Formats: sequence, C-alpha cells, structure tokens
Amino acid sequence: MSAHNLTHDTSQRTRAIIWACLFCFLLIGMPALNLAGIVSDSMLSQWGRYCCFAIAALGVDLVWGYTGMLSLCQAFFFCLGGYAMGMHLILMTGSEGAYGSALPDFMVWNQVTELPFFWKPFYHPALAIILGLTVPAVFAGIFGYLVFRSRVRGVYFAIITQALALAMWLTFNRNEMMLGGTNGLTDFKEIFGFRLSGDPEVVAATGRWLYLATVVILGGAYMLCRKLVNGKMGKVMIAIRDSEHRLRFTGYPIVNYKVFAFVVAATLAGLGGMLYVPQMGIITPSKMSVSASIELIVLVAVGGRSSLLGAVIGALLVKACYSEMTSRIPEAWPFFLGGAFIVIVLFLPNGLVGLLSRQKKGESPA
Amino acid sequence: MNPLLYVEDLSVSFDGFKALDLGSFEVEQGELRVVIGPNGAGKSTLMDLICGKTKSTTGRIVMDGKDLTTMTEKQIVDHGVGRKFQNPNVFGSLSVYDNLALAHKARKGVFASLFNCYGTDAKNSIDGILERIGLQDAQTRIAEYLSHGQKQWLEIGMVLAQKPRLLLIDEPAAGMSDEETERTGELLTSLQGDHTIIVIEHDMGFVRQIAKTVSVLVEGKLLTEGPMEEVQNDKRVIECYLGSDFEEEGAA
Repeated sequence: MSAHNLTHDTSQRTRAIIWACLFCFLLIGMPALNLAGIVSDSMLSQWGRYCCFAIAALGVDLVWGYTGMLSLCQAFFFCLGGYAMGMHLILMTGSEGAYGSALPDFMVWNQVTELPFFWKPFYHPALAIILGLTVPAVFAGIFGYLVFRSRVRGVYFAIITQALALAMWLTFNRNEMMLGGTNGLTDFKEIFGFRLSGDPEVVAATGRWLYLATVVILGGAYMLCRKLVNGKMGKVMIAIRDSEHRLRFTGYPIVNYKVFAFVVAATLAGLGGMLYVPQMGIITPSKMSVSASIELIVLVAVGGRSSLLGAVIGALLVKACYSEMTSRIPEAWPFFLGGAFIVIVLFLPNGLVGLLSRQKKGESPA
Repeated sequence: MNPLLYVEDLSVSFDGFKALDLGSFEVEQGELRVVIGPNGAGKSTLMDLICGKTKSTTGRIVMDGKDLTTMTEKQIVDHGVGRKFQNPNVFGSLSVYDNLALAHKARKGVFASLFNCYGTDAKNSIDGILERIGLQDAQTRIAEYLSHGQKQWLEIGMVLAQKPRLLLIDEPAAGMSDEETERTGELLTSLQGDHTIIVIEHDMGFVRQIAKTVSVLVEGKLLTEGPMEEVQNDKRVIECYLGSDFEEEGAA
C-alpha cells in the first residue's frame, strides 16, 4: 500500500541486508567457527540463549514498540514456556534422578508420592511443546481481554502487568505449586532422545543442534513478525499507539487488536523460554522477576523501538555485553547498563538502528 | 421529509451538573447544520453523545430507526456516524495515504487486517478524497509533519473515507489561517447533499460562509434554531454572547 516512498524503500532495504547478514552469521558463521575451534561449545550455547531472548524481544517490540503498550510481564510468559519445557525434560529423566525415583527429585524431598495431575500431559513431547505455546497465549488472552476491556492503558497497564509479574513470581516460588519452588527445575538428562548430560562430546553435539534450532526458529519468528508489521495489522498497531481514540471512532475493535498483539507477544516469549531451558539447564522463578521483564524492555529500547531488527540486535548485543562484562568486571555492569540506557533515551530515541536512518523532517521512517 | 437523526428528551449530567438537556433536535437528510453557542453550552457534549463517547443520562438519539444511546462506539460507526474531534487527531507516524487507507470503509476486524483487507475500491476512493482535501501532493508525507490546517483536513478526509451518513465535525476551522478557513468552508459546503453534516464552530465569519440553518445552544438547552440571518439578529442570542458584538466574540 505504501510503496510510494523512496526513502522508505532504501531504508527498508538496508535493514533487510543487515538482517540477512546477521542471520547468515548466526546460522552458518557461528557453527563454522565452532567447528574450526575458534568459538567454544559454551560460547555457542551462550549465543543460542541470546537468540531465545531475541525471540521474546520480538514480542516485546510488537506489544510495546508498535502497539505502545508497556508490558512488564513478558518474562513471566517466557517462563511459562520455560517451565513447560522444564517439566517435560524432568519427566524424561525417569529414574536417572538422584533418588532413583520416577518422580522429579524435588517431589521426593517434599514427600510427594504421586505425580500431580497437571504434570501428566508433559510426558508427551508434542503435547509439552503445544502447552508451552498455548499456556502463555491463553493466559495473555484472558488477562489481556479483562484489562483492555476495562480500558486500562498507559502507565496503569504497565503497573498492572508488573503486579502480575510479581504475583506470579511469588506463586512460583512456593513449594505447594509443585514446580520446584525457589530451586526451580533442573538436572535434565535428555531432550527428545538427545543427551543433555553424560559424555561431553555427545552433550556438545546436542548443544549444537539446539543452537541451530533456536537460530532457525528466531529466523522464522522474525519473518512472521515482519509479515505482520508490514501489512495492515502493523498499521493498525501503530495507529493504536498514535491515537487509540481516533482509531476507536474509525470503527476498529481496539480490544481485539490489543488482545491479539498481547497474545502474539506472549506466545513468542513462551517460545523463547522453551528453547532457553534446555540450553541453560535450569529454570527458576528468578527468571520471571519484575526486573527480568524490565530487562526485556531495555533490550528493545537499546536496539530500537518499533524496529524488529532493533529488537534482535538489542537482545544479542546487550546479552553479549552482559556476559563479557560480568565475567571481567562484574561490578561495572549495572553502571554500564544504566549509562547505556540514559544515552539511548537522551540521544538515540530510536535505538541503535535509529542510526541507520537519521530521519529528516517529513520523511517516512521504516 | 423524515429526519436522518432526531433526539428526544436527551440529557446528561456530570456529578449533578446538567451539561445537556435537549427536548428535541432534528437533522434532515443531506443538511449541513451548524451548532453555535458560548463555551460550555454543551455543543461538544452533544456530539460525544451521538458518537457514543459519552453515555446519556436520559433520552434517546435515533438515527434511521436505531437508538444510538444503546450502542457501542463501534456499532455507531458501523451504523454510519463519523466524528472529527476538536483537536486534530491523526495517526502521526503513518503516511497521509495510510491514514486514509485505515479509515476507508472495510471490514475492520483482526482477521480482516491479518489478511490485508482494505475494502473494495480503496485506491480510487482515497485518491478522490486526497483531491477533495487538497493533499494529493502530500500523500506520502508522515502525518505528524503536516501543518495544523492540513491535519484538520486529513482528519476530515479520514471521516469521509469511512463513508458515513452523518458527519460530526467539531470546530474544523480552529487555529486556521483565513485562507485555510475559507477552503475548509468550501470543502464542507461541497459535501452537503451527499452527506448529512453537523458542524460546531465559533468563528462567525466561517459560520456565515457555510450555514443555512443554525442551532444555538446555551447552557445545555436549545435556545433557538433557524436561518443564519434570523439567528444573528435574535436579541436573546446576542445577549448570550455577553451583549458583545457577535463578530468580535466569534473572532476571539
């Protein structure tokens, strides 16, 4: 529809090229460097985890960058996916656990004798994957519908999602939840038949497959979001951000659109979480804390709000800096992150990708 | 002739304060009606009630046999009411063309948007509107960089693109230069006949340019109604504008 504008097109093309280079590097470059022995197995696995956050960041960008809703519970949706995968993995451990019981170790400590009913579907890998996506989606759908129907917006929306994140963090910390309490779920042995513990060679091979799967899924998620924001849906999302009022009196069912964006974002977060857990080897409630959700916002802000490329670059870059800095000068990290955030807010409101298109007045942004 | 819209005993109170108390009010098909009155007379409130932004305390607003007071904002839009608000309200980060494309009459549900449904004949209709509002050369510009007057026109264009049967236009000439005001007047008069329009305006020169029938609201009540010449010589109307000269009050 808007293929009228030349600046729009060139800027779009630059971004497409950068994305293609980045994606090829992740998909081919990194594994090649790994095989050549330049990138270690643990480094590869780390980048796989960054990609999981990039998938979640795409969702944050849709809901915050495009639709203008500051959601501070995206890390909770990430963890819903993560826990779904974690539950499946721990059930697949079988009697390999420390106590030799078919039950997960933490249940043995808690003197649980029978597997709780809600754990049972997670035996089946396909069912576990479906639940990892649908549980966050349905949760976001119901919560979103109630919140948006009551026309909770702006800072109130941020507060209510933050409250949700806090409430869920407290809930998941409780042993009664049968989800491992504060310790979470860990000590996984295998995923879909591939070993996650034991012979280091075999474990490294599994890690490589997981890495490749994550990158491919990140690519798919990116293309899907691209399709979404380039079409009419993306314009409606931006219109909600710019003037919800105008759009309502233009005849759009705003609540449905907001629920849609929120559900897509939650599903992407769940997807990221599901891929994260086998690569990290543990999932605990700390990953769904309020600050974890805020961190997801920072990833997008640094890379560039309302740019999908920005969300991915922000996630990879901030996460990479984080692990570099915390392993060298751990005390400096909070200062670095805070400083970076101030610089971005003051000088680069469109994030790092904003540097690509220093917009002149009246020109079309991409 | 049957009125397109009529109001029966419509009233609305905010915290006990009666902002509007309208016994009857009618607008004929194809008419351009101008509503004037001092600040706080309830002019915008009347529009808010018609388009569903505010819910009435009592009474009915009937358009084409349907009571608008029981409908949601979206149902009212679908029933054919388009509203332009007082302050320009456009989608700032989208192009002029996209602003109109979103407004264009089409299925506007989530699935329709997922499959890029812009409605039939969107391109032709939008080109026609661009010409009408004089923004055909600005169609690729980002809306937030338009001048104030252009934004007002764009928003009128967006309302037109919805193909409503009733247009509610709140202070279209506010903040416009004389030349822009005159063009806005020409635009609105060119629309009457095909569209039924209610306009709120303060600028008396502008009102004189466009108005045939004027309704005067004062303190929430309909004071008088009639042709412009009659109304502006009405003693009560002049008094309501604090005895001052009509013209000056309008320009202020």
